[in-house]
Amino acid sequence: MKRDAALSPPPGGALAPAARRGWLGELCSGWGFVERNFRLIRRYAAWEVAEQFYNVVNALTIALIGVAQGPEVVLYLTVGALLWGFLSVIFMEVATSVQWERWEGTIESTFMAPIHRLTFLLGTSAWAVLYGLVRTSVVLGAVALFFRMDLSRANLGAALLVLVVSSFSFIGLGLIAAVLPLLSPEKGAQATHIIQGVLLLISGVYYEIDALPAWLQPLSWISPATYTLRDVRRAVLHGATVGQLAPDLLRLGLFALVMIPLGYAVFATAERYALRKGLLKRNG
Amino acid sequence: MEYALEVIDVHKRFIERSEVPPAGMMPPEAGAVAAGATGAADPAVAAGGAGVRAGARSGGAEPAARGVRRWLRRAPLEEVRAVDGVTLRVRRGEIFGILGPNGCGKSTLVRIVSTLLLPDAGTVRVFGHDAVREPHAVRRLINRVSVEAAFFKKLSSWENLCYAARLYGLSPRAIRAEVARIAERLGLPWEKLFTSMEHLSRGQQQKVAIARALLTSPVLLLLDEPTTGLDPRSKRDVQRFVEEVRREHDATILLTSHDMDEVERLCDRVAVMNEGRVIAVDTPQKLKQRYGGPGGTLEDVFLRLTGRDWEEVLANEA
Repeated sequence: MKRDAALSPPPGGALAPAARRGWLGELCSGWGFVERNFRLIRRYAAWEVAEQFYNVVNALTIALIGVAQGPEVVLYLTVGALLWGFLSVIFMEVATSVQWERWEGTIESTFMAPIHRLTFLLGTSAWAVLYGLVRTSVVLGAVALFFRMDLSRANLGAALLVLVVSSFSFIGLGLIAAVLPLLSPEKGAQATHIIQGVLLLISGVYYEIDALPAWLQPLSWISPATYTLRDVRRAVLHGATVGQLAPDLLRLGLFALVMIPLGYAVFATAERYALRKGLLKRNG
Repeated sequence: MEYALEVIDVHKRFIERSEVPPAGMMPPEAGAVAAGATGAADPAVAAGGAGVRAGARSGGAEPAARGVRRWLRRAPLEEVRAVDGVTLRVRRGEIFGILGPNGCGKSTLVRIVSTLLLPDAGTVRVFGHDAVREPHAVRRLINRVSVEAAFFKKLSSWENLCYAARLYGLSPRAIRAEVARIAERLGLPWEKLFTSMEHLSRGQQQKVAIARALLTSPVLLLLDEPTTGLDPRSKRDVQRFVEEVRREHDATILLTSHDMDEVERLCDRVAVMNEGRVIAVDTPQKLKQRYGGPGGTLEDVFLRLTGRDWEEVLANEA
């Protein structure tokens, strides 16, 4: 301890004088990821417009499948398309955050910044939720205008609550998936699509879980998207109250409680492995 | 003695595919001819040349490509000692140079000090903080400029600097004042700060990289070949700035370089590295006196210590 004190760097020498420390500094750094991603989206505005157009058309196309069966099926499918869009944005934004840094070659400078890794992950997650909400709202607006939907029975507040609670478990899943590009620069990002594909298959996005083969149905129980879809549909289609949704909300809360620390632990272990093997080096 | 950086008996090995083809896959002379003909340092490229030749003999490019893939799959794994028992002590306020050819372990060592790579053995301490056990404390004290100026290319310099500064907890107001000051000192025109990075020259990008590192006022600045690939004017600007940083800040600088003149001009002491090892450490003057002979240069020192001609080393790397 004495030695450390003797070798302390000069006061104010480490970090610029105006640098914030502690949780405020971490908060400021976390916001840096939101700000950076917003600026990147602005620079890639043409891509964003094209992608949003596709999302709107995709949601409309899926909803149109249900027109012949009546407005309730249209709404059922619309909820599926919107929710899947929202959860996919969260999952992919978090999962590909490392990959994006790899492409740009900035991963080393980001990872050697004096912030907790949790700040990096939570900053990215905060962006993912905000971005997902904006994108989903645009699609929702377009679909509502197109179909002139009747939402008079819907409990939108309860649906929003389910959405918020389920976001956390998807962030946890995203953290686990973000490990893949960290470990495998070439194949990691593609592998995240496999996880996303499995979730799409087993979670009942466009059909009831009963439609799945019996051997596959148990898998749907471990997907948080299953409960999210079920509850948002109950709230939007049948006006279910928060009390009625409580058991699934609890399940989603439990998922989040397990998935986020688990995701962080997996990420920390993978980062240590990457540091040992020299996998952070610029690639691509 | 107060040290800004202590590197004590550090080892780092990597397991990589061998550059030597396994027996029976390719006649040794064919491999040699192919590698020589293509001038390829990359084994895959060299193997590609040989594969194409083999394919031509067997009547098509497809079998050749298969041959190359098979060769790459079967190439044995070998251990590469990137850093092999390096010990260095850098005094506070010093500009300490590491000189050596590509692949000698300079950048690996800088990555270890930067907490971006864990050593297999040994200790790295920055102002007494262990880089392995206290990476967070070390990261507060350092910043690094690497040979590739890595940025979000679509963003402007200003946006990249804001992002970097935010990571270090700087407020937007502080960022504005600091960026203006550093940009002026680096000779970076103000309007260039608002141009997307992809439209800046390599020299300007590297100046922004240096500005990014200095924005956080590191007490140990790691410059990993900061002037490689720069035009002479940008190189001079960067070198002048490094001198200024040392003069005006209480900063210690670890500089790796290919450029003997740069090392001689900027560094108080120099470590010569070859094949992962430090083979000499001293002031440029003393190194020249001891190993360079009368009127000797640092190139003579390198030749004497490694048996390799510096010009030849650089030509092979090019």
